[in-house]
Amino acid sequence: MSAVAKEVIPTPPPYRCAEALTVVRGNEVVNTDYRLLTLDAPADVLDCAPGQFFQLLCPGTADDQPFLRRPMSIYDFDMQSGSLRFLYKVTGAGTRGLATLRAGDRLNVLGPLGQGFTMPDDWQRLMLVARGVGLATLAPLARLAQARGRQLTAICSARAAEYVMSVDHFRDCGAEVIVVTDTDGSSAPDSMRALIEARIATGRVDAFYTCGSARIARMLQDIGAAHGIPGEIALEQQMACGLGMCQACVRPFRIGGDVVHRRVCREGPVFPLAGVVV
Amino acid sequence: MNRLKTAVGQLQLANPIMPASGTFTEDLADVFDLGILGAHVLKTFTPEIRSGNPTPRVCDLTGGMMNAIGIPSKGLDYFLHHTLPFWARYDVPLVVSISAHSYDAFARLAAAVSVPGVAAIEANISCPNIEADGRAFAVRADTTGQVVTQLRAATDLPLWVKLSPNTGEPVEVAQAAEAAGADALVVANTLLGMAIDINTRQPRLGNVMGGISGPAIKPVALRMTYQAATATRIPVIGCGGIVTVADVVEFLIAGATAVQVGTATFQSPGTMQRLLAGLDDWLDAHGVSSVNDLRGTVMIPDATVPVLT
Repeated sequence: MSAVAKEVIPTPPPYRCAEALTVVRGNEVVNTDYRLLTLDAPADVLDCAPGQFFQLLCPGTADDQPFLRRPMSIYDFDMQSGSLRFLYKVTGAGTRGLATLRAGDRLNVLGPLGQGFTMPDDWQRLMLVARGVGLATLAPLARLAQARGRQLTAICSARAAEYVMSVDHFRDCGAEVIVVTDTDGSSAPDSMRALIEARIATGRVDAFYTCGSARIARMLQDIGAAHGIPGEIALEQQMACGLGMCQACVRPFRIGGDVVHRRVCREGPVFPLAGVVV
Repeated sequence: MNRLKTAVGQLQLANPIMPASGTFTEDLADVFDLGILGAHVLKTFTPEIRSGNPTPRVCDLTGGMMNAIGIPSKGLDYFLHHTLPFWARYDVPLVVSISAHSYDAFARLAAAVSVPGVAAIEANISCPNIEADGRAFAVRADTTGQVVTQLRAATDLPLWVKLSPNTGEPVEVAQAAEAAGADALVVANTLLGMAIDINTRQPRLGNVMGGISGPAIKPVALRMTYQAATATRIPVIGCGGIVTVADVVEFLIAGATAVQVGTATFQSPGTMQRLLAGLDDWLDAHGVSSVNDLRGTVMIPDATVPVLT
């Protein structure tokens, strides 16, 4: 042996995330805005945490040929049944492609990606406040909260009552559900603030979780600062790679006196509520 | 996999597959063992700390994407103390991509990264040159020659120069880089483009314009690879829209010594791993004993004399 080989330390498997070919089990219309996609997924992509997301390689249609994957937060995952579900709104080329999927079709997914929600032991009484598709992101969090015996209040905001999603899911998770809507004015910041502060006054909120509305996030930052209540937010941003390489999905954060950029795909999508610039 | 061995000048590579700058960080180690690659080409960094462009920084296109990330950079100290130590764990040549806005700053950065652990420097000369009214160094032969001359004087490491497709004189630029002492050419960077959202009438990128990459620009990159390989004697590394094994083979036949894969990794992060296995299978199936036997084997019909420029 004349030469000593340089020590090579390969990255050991299992890898953090994987590309997997899934099979569509169902893709149903939930209401006029939303669809629920259920996939049969292999076990190596189902070790997920609430708040994490997948990058979906959306199929093309006659009109659209999406090139980049589309990030989608996990609505539900179940290792036992091998199922992975996404609740989505058809808004662009990627989701238009997703809407064409039928049972038996294949879908390439990459994940799970990003950092999910945390649930420290002293966060016993949790308040979930979300709007629109943000409710989908909080759905797996509610299940985890129930499993950990946490007390749960879910404030679900929507344009009108018929568009509120996941109410039954949150109730099944033992949550007290409060629906607020634009049509009756209860989703207005002042009304919501009064509702939330009334609960704080009786000592019923240890932490906030939110997703899907900048207005709600700013309100919770305000209330949180005034009452010393921490929280977490799941953010969205346009992405290319989803792994942290391209630096496309940054968002600004106030850290001390500085504004710093963090990658939604890598440091997020879940962040402490306090520093986010929304 | 001995038939995959190649060399870019004096630099020996286990195989001709490497990432394109800007599409590769340690984060990809989440997906596969990065030790299998021919080289590691890091994201461009600049001497100064930069936060990058406003969002949206990327948009989707038919057959590709467009980006205006803006080279966010944590500067030299971060590179030397954080980035470089991470890559030391791999026995793979490390290619460091640098850029700057003036000849002098570019040369000083080249000298500063000429340290153990760095196998080659890739000069990203597609950034604006403040000494030439903000035009990129790479669009003119004279500014290319000047910057490469200064870089050459600043480092003894192999110097790869990454060319831009946003020039009307690709052959002159390639020859200027060679004459100034480049050891290899990387061909090419992204193609300048623009997209507008017709509903909001706003540009789809925060920076208004951006660089197109992906399969949509493959013929442009392949044409420039052919031009550069034909017009110079230094190795050419093909880059632009490579997704499949056939794409790799096509660039090699056009004259490339190795290839860089970028945007395809964004769509499918395991792409380079698949290309490696697939290229070996292709060579085997076609009775080619070395990947080097493909280089520059394009058969131009006798009656045709292509005009290079």
